Amino acid sequence: MQKTPFIATTLALVCASLAATAQAQNIKIAVLQELSGAGATAGTNAKNGVEMAVKEINAAGGILGKKIETLVNDTQSNPGVAKGLATKAVDDGVFAVIGPTFSGSVLVSMAETKRAETPNFTGAEAASITQQGNPYIFRTSFTQTNSMPKVARYIATNLKAKTVAVIFVNNDFGKGGRDAFNKAAEAAGVKVVADISTDSGQVDFSAPVLKAKQSNPDAVFVYTNEEESARALRELRKQGWSKPIVGETTLTGQKVIDLAGEAANGAIAHVGLTVDAPLPLMLKFKAKFFQDYKYISDHNGIKGYTAVYMLKAAIEKVGKLDRVAVAKALHGMTILAAKEPGVLMDVSIDANGDLDRESFIVEVKNGKQEVKETLPPLAKK
Amino acid sequence: MAPTRSLLIGLVILAFLLAVPPFLKNYGIYLFSYWLVFVIANMGLNLTVGYAGQKSLGHAAFFGIGAYSVAILMKAGFSFWLGLPVAAIGCFFVGLGLGFPALRVQTIYLAFATLGFNTAVWLVMRNEEWLTGGTFGINNVGRPGLFGFSLDANLAYYYFVFAVTVVMGALLWKLLSSPWGKAFTALRDNPIRAESLGVNVQAYTLLSFAIGAAYAGVAGALFASLVQFVEPAPFAVGSSIMMYLMVVVGGPGYFFGPLLGSAVGVLLPEWLRFAQGWYLFVFGAAVIVLMLWLPDGLLSIPDRIKARRVAREASAARAASAKAIGAQS
Amino acid sequence: MTDFLQLLLSGMATGGIYAIAALGFTLLWQASGTINFAQGEFVMLPAFVMLAFITLGMPLLLAFGLTCFVAVVVLGYGFKRGIADPLLKFGMMPIVVATIGLAIAMRNGVRAGYSAEAHPFPSLFADKLFNVGGVTVTLSDVGTLAFALLLVLGTQAFLSKTVTGRAMQAVAQNTDSATVLGIDVPRMIFYTFAINALLACAAALLVTPTYLAKFDMGESLGNKAFFAAIIGGFNNSRGALLGGLIVGVAENLAAAYISPTYKDAVALVIFMLVILFKPQGLLGKKVERKV
Repeated sequence: MQKTPFIATTLALVCASLAATAQAQNIKIAVLQELSGAGATAGTNAKNGVEMAVKEINAAGGILGKKIETLVNDTQSNPGVAKGLATKAVDDGVFAVIGPTFSGSVLVSMAETKRAETPNFTGAEAASITQQGNPYIFRTSFTQTNSMPKVARYIATNLKAKTVAVIFVNNDFGKGGRDAFNKAAEAAGVKVVADISTDSGQVDFSAPVLKAKQSNPDAVFVYTNEEESARALRELRKQGWSKPIVGETTLTGQKVIDLAGEAANGAIAHVGLTVDAPLPLMLKFKAKFFQDYKYISDHNGIKGYTAVYMLKAAIEKVGKLDRVAVAKALHGMTILAAKEPGVLMDVSIDANGDLDRESFIVEVKNGKQEVKETLPPLAKK
Repeated sequence: MAPTRSLLIGLVILAFLLAVPPFLKNYGIYLFSYWLVFVIANMGLNLTVGYAGQKSLGHAAFFGIGAYSVAILMKAGFSFWLGLPVAAIGCFFVGLGLGFPALRVQTIYLAFATLGFNTAVWLVMRNEEWLTGGTFGINNVGRPGLFGFSLDANLAYYYFVFAVTVVMGALLWKLLSSPWGKAFTALRDNPIRAESLGVNVQAYTLLSFAIGAAYAGVAGALFASLVQFVEPAPFAVGSSIMMYLMVVVGGPGYFFGPLLGSAVGVLLPEWLRFAQGWYLFVFGAAVIVLMLWLPDGLLSIPDRIKARRVAREASAARAASAKAIGAQS
Repeated sequence: MTDFLQLLLSGMATGGIYAIAALGFTLLWQASGTINFAQGEFVMLPAFVMLAFITLGMPLLLAFGLTCFVAVVVLGYGFKRGIADPLLKFGMMPIVVATIGLAIAMRNGVRAGYSAEAHPFPSLFADKLFNVGGVTVTLSDVGTLAFALLLVLGTQAFLSKTVTGRAMQAVAQNTDSATVLGIDVPRMIFYTFAINALLACAAALLVTPTYLAKFDMGESLGNKAFFAAIIGGFNNSRGALLGGLIVGVAENLAAAYISPTYKDAVALVIFMLVILFKPQGLLGKKVERKV
């Protein structure tokens, strides 16, 4: 009664490994993403971006003549599951792993990919990811310690604000961002007069906004996930907030604008990746994504898409399918969008796996993101 | 179930659990270890819910307390072997504390009280960053060494988890065959009558929570070193509900229920991966179908077959005797 | 002072939302002993059905009407015949588990079948702000609260003033006597399920513009609804309203004056206190234990 299912599992696993060896001609990439649970929106977008890139590359002949095969698995936004799936991917002999997107999950799964010397791309933003001495982890977005100084600088010099209230979401994304921001603000001479925590999935923002108002700052910095950002914007407008509202990518995505309606107008954000960047390659990506998936991609879709192309550029540079060599090549590599249009923007990867790229200051006008300023990569200064 | 038959089944299962893993790759071994950790936790929950009839929906809180105890102690430099007993004993006393509301409220209200307890514990885990690392959690929890052997390798750690499962299972078996076990079932079936017969209902209620919690604490300790990363999310109310699901699906009050139920909760989603995006939907639907067909859990199947057979024999006997009488008059 | 009033009013609006979800929950429990762990998802599903109708071009109210019909069939009749009837006779555990499974299935069915994203939802009320003595209130805040009040009082009136309502109460108090008296018990129970489905639809209409239509919107809503129902009183409809308001206001005040990270704890503490000292809820009647 209980034996048969277990024999079946063993048989299934044996068969799977046999099947895997039979397909040695394909380049296998494991796509570990949050397809359910709290990270479902982010993970699904990332997965879609990856699949779109893979389809394009395979149609154009693949990498070094070999087609890419994706093995998609759902981490359920659970680090324990993510770790297991990373182990499984390693067992399946994949060439690279893309994901997970959630910082909490990737911090755990990357131990497995490091052990197996498998390049691991992630869109997660927690700073600690690239501070662990792991030579196989590569980001597809800025780390918070990279982007927050730019935001703080903008608030201090362009907005001429002396004080700021911070509203952040109480998860590793929000807390990491808040820590980085507070440090950067101090360095830029801006005083943080209120430090207000909110919950993931919070609906009622009247208390946080009230607290922010009470501290009488020159500007408010909102760092929460998309839906909560929309609600915060609405509440700010409702309570008559007239001073600047600053944020990051999650504050002014098209999704947030759709959800917040009029309340989004006037919000300013520093975005590393936006489908509305005034770059022809980016706009082409936006259109193609919409055509394939019938909705507008968020920054996670871009992260997934560019990850595949970054890998492709590195493999082609090395000339062979050697995981260790490819990982080494990625460190210190600069990929120009002119040579590899799939990365959409010029990108440089440093020795820790962090990225340096252009970024943008956008303002929401009439329900659309408008790029006000393009900030150069940190290195170019 | 006759003791010799359970013993036989137990031996077969033991043999299976011993023999299969060396043939599996890393992921399979990890999965089996994950499964056994939940078996331990659910053995505890089965005692509280299945045998003692208490409605506990806060089991993941103890699981978490056990895991964090080990993680925090190991990060502070202490050994796993200190963490494990601290987890078990700590959870025992916390469980005792949770038992007190159970003395005041019944059934669904108790379920909600335990749910509230779980949420409170989870909130502390999430907010008290100085202690628990908050949402960042505690990473790189090590694995213990035993008599000089390092249990770092996946297969070695699996056998360790397996050994603990067997020990905990044996302890539970002893407990249930003793008069204490009878007292627990009396508590479940009719507490007021049990009390009138002299069973100290209060004590047994508290104990069922405490022992169940201790089991979850042990499981949590093993979990910490298995996943090597501890954060609040796996110990939220959702996990408590999943554990409750595992116990009920396996068969509450059946000794092997947790084994089967945890297999359904941990291994089934893996088998259903082929359905990709839909697998959790199928899982939920499977649970409903399971409840409709077998509300007493999967292990009630043999009892049902027996009951049906007995009923059929009884009605045949009735028909025969009716014919005999009918033939007479 | 205006700050306090601002928080109070926003809290009451949010609380009204919890109250509507809690109301159906308590009704089901009262009338048929069904604990519906999928109550939150019962609000989520009509939200998506309405969204689907609206995407097809229907105006909001027509979509609402059609969804009510669909809800009564699926969440009322379907739920009753498919899950409640077969399992009620086995005690509470099987139905608890089955509704948990149902919640998982519904949540993930929508996620896989429709979308994992959050969708905006049109509001019944225009986007207007009122400023009353320094306190800003939106039209939807007032409207939601008004509707919640209406629904609760309406349900209460239906149950105590109409013949059908009284029959339903009879079934809830003593099914056997009700049968003996000639009341069509299965039909009364069906009415309860149908009313729950309608209340869930109404909740969806009022809640989704703020909550946004997402497959997991049911989770937190369901949780708060349970708390609200228990605090207010599991066997009293007005309890649902009181419980909802308490939870909504307490959260806001706690977030502003105590600690934003522990704001959930306040509702929790109230809940635990109620459970321990007055388990039938603030407005509920004491339930005797039978041997």
